[in-house]
Amino acid sequence: MQNNILITGVGGQGIVLTSKLIAATAMAHDIPVMSAETIGMAQKGGSVFSFLRLGEGLHCPMFPEKTADIIIAFEPAEAVRMLGYLKDGGKVIVNTHPIMPVTAALSGSSYNGTEMMDYLERHVSDLRKVDGEAACKAVGSPRALNMIMLGQAIRCGVLPFTIDDIEQTMKATVKPQFVEMNSKALRME
Amino acid sequence: MHKEFLMGNAAIARGAIAAGLNVVSGYPGTPSTEVLETAAKTNDGSLYVEWSVNEKAALELGAGAAYSGARTMVTMKQVGLNVASDPLMSLAYIGVKGGMVILVADDPGPISSQTEQDTRHFASFSKLPCFDPSSVQEAYDMIQTAFEFSEKYHTPVLFRPTTRVCHGYASIEVKDESECIKNQPEGFVRDPSKWVIFPRLSYAAHMHIEERNKELSDVFSDSGLNKVCPAKGCKKGIATHGISYTYVSEALEGKENVSVFKVGTPFPFPEKAAVEFLTGLDEVLCIEELDPIIERELTYVCGKYGLSTKIYGKLTGNVKTAGENTCASVAENIADFMGWEKPAKTAADDVPPLPVRPPVLCAGCPHRASFYAVKQAMKGKKSVFCGDIGCYTLGNAMPLDMVDTCLCMGAGVNITQGIGKIEPDTNCFAFVGDSTFFASAITGVVNAVYNQADMTLVVLDNSTTAMTGHQPHPGTGRTMMGQVVDKVNIEQVLRGIGVQTVETVDPLKLEEAVACVKRVSAEKGVKAIIFKSPCAVLIKGKAPAVIDHEKCVNCKKCINSLGCPGLVIKDGKVSIEASLCTGCGLCSQVCPFGAIGGGEDAE
Repeated sequence: MQNNILITGVGGQGIVLTSKLIAATAMAHDIPVMSAETIGMAQKGGSVFSFLRLGEGLHCPMFPEKTADIIIAFEPAEAVRMLGYLKDGGKVIVNTHPIMPVTAALSGSSYNGTEMMDYLERHVSDLRKVDGEAACKAVGSPRALNMIMLGQAIRCGVLPFTIDDIEQTMKATVKPQFVEMNSKALRME
Repeated sequence: MHKEFLMGNAAIARGAIAAGLNVVSGYPGTPSTEVLETAAKTNDGSLYVEWSVNEKAALELGAGAAYSGARTMVTMKQVGLNVASDPLMSLAYIGVKGGMVILVADDPGPISSQTEQDTRHFASFSKLPCFDPSSVQEAYDMIQTAFEFSEKYHTPVLFRPTTRVCHGYASIEVKDESECIKNQPEGFVRDPSKWVIFPRLSYAAHMHIEERNKELSDVFSDSGLNKVCPAKGCKKGIATHGISYTYVSEALEGKENVSVFKVGTPFPFPEKAAVEFLTGLDEVLCIEELDPIIERELTYVCGKYGLSTKIYGKLTGNVKTAGENTCASVAENIADFMGWEKPAKTAADDVPPLPVRPPVLCAGCPHRASFYAVKQAMKGKKSVFCGDIGCYTLGNAMPLDMVDTCLCMGAGVNITQGIGKIEPDTNCFAFVGDSTFFASAITGVVNAVYNQADMTLVVLDNSTTAMTGHQPHPGTGRTMMGQVVDKVNIEQVLRGIGVQTVETVDPLKLEEAVACVKRVSAEKGVKAIIFKSPCAVLIKGKAPAVIDHEKCVNCKKCINSLGCPGLVIKDGKVSIEASLCTGCGLCSQVCPFGAIGGGEDAE
């Protein structure tokens, strides 16, 4: 049994930590894991992704197009950008709140995410939309987005873990003062 | 043994430590940086770790330690080896006593480098054995083997991962503390016939090296570092290496009848293993990143041994000649070669235009202010702005548009000198960061002073090596051994080498900064401005700026002059992105209507 997971978004949204938590949880369950992600200059406001693979017999951290079981997208356009990796019938969990590129103000771009959401609606049969902004407000922290998205991903049943499993790893990873906020985020319906 | 989830670079460091590492030195450079950082983090006090001033210094320090019997690792990116190539070429002749691994990370793509140079060429050029790992686990195991070979054959060896191995993560088997080797260096034993390079010694050493490499080619063929996986009755084969080997494995999953040759030691090339692989094959496809080295070697082996196998790859146009391979590109290359049906491409033609997200200088970055100040001061004057390697290369982006040249570490100083010799009426500027200044710009300034250049040196001093993730350097007063030491003072260095005018100014005080540039650049000869302000990522920002929408006329001068990610348009109006703004105050100094407050001005 293998799982190919693609996490995507914009630098600064907490994608790398999300990937690390899934990997650590897999390790705790004796599941082999590999990952690869954007590192360096592109992290600054650029498109960021993390490829994550769980299971036996893995060759490389990156997986071919059309093989992701799930795409966890923290931003609508980034979901569209990476959609070629989704396998037929795969799941997409997307935060509907768009992030303007830092150069949008200069170029006069009117990007607001609606075109991207329309595209996803047309092309993804199993699409779960998350209003990340509203959910963060409900949790009480703009930094809760990654745990909200991760909680949603766990809940849809593709990953071989429960929320409790992830929560246990999270408690061992984040600073004590952030545990409560992150637990709340993981459990946001 | 136990399992850990490690980044490739961390696995390399941990493998080196398991092999009895005593000394590690290097200069930061993507994708190699985390090797030395991991070694420093896991240092129990028995290891000497340093960020050297540049790769040449790092390699020379490593050589001295290895002469003294220490197991030594030197880390750098591929272009760093160009800087270290002078000691490398000679050290190959002298050899070492303690095991010495020179870790050079290559960057196919390139993703964050100036060139796509292939360090495997440097291996054959310097005649040094080279190891090429294909996965995180193999990197951990192979670096230990590399130390064994180095010590056994008294030669430094090259260890060459690429970005996807360096930055890939995997759960791997690592040794327990008790299984790790502890090496006690003997110390330096004086022997001028061994450690002093002379033409006569070099002749003898050259003879010896050629003999040794012949032997190593055989040893490597039988070592398991190179793998021949024959397929029964098969007439076609694939030769590959590094991360591409994993893409090939991925593409061949569930397929039969293809022989595979994985080359783990590109130099000395494992000829015997190659002959074993080629025998009986009609055609071979070489899947490589960077240069067609395996392809040339196999073509040569076919000629030498009279084999009729046809060799395909980059040289024959079957594999693209530049850029990195991917799972998809390799699957396609193999399908073409085997005559298999090609993997279907996702042909979605109604994709809406995607927002482009290029890297930009961070909100609050003092480099933005420095570039803007020089731009203002030089308005209407004929000027050239030579850039250098670092975050500040991003000053080339609109609207700043302040980088006319960028070549390699420290090059801007003498490039601007050269332009000035041809265009004496041009105001010549060279921008260089503090870490790059120490790494390789100081000698350039000496050259400019001595040869009577007319130019302004602008040192962008943010007190860190920001681009590669904030490593300390001689100007920061911190070392990788945790010591707090005297800072090497850039202003004093410049005065010491004869720069008469050196002014230090905070670029975020715009008016002062512009006046300083006008004043200093008007002087003759070599003069310098040090723009001193800490990296915005490392300081606690001030309260975000606030726009007074009564005063703001939406002229967008702030946005169009500065291009700061903290300045956005919301509902048609110029606004502050509070999550990014550091309150640096630059935009409030640019606004002609006094409409931006808060931040720096807030009491």
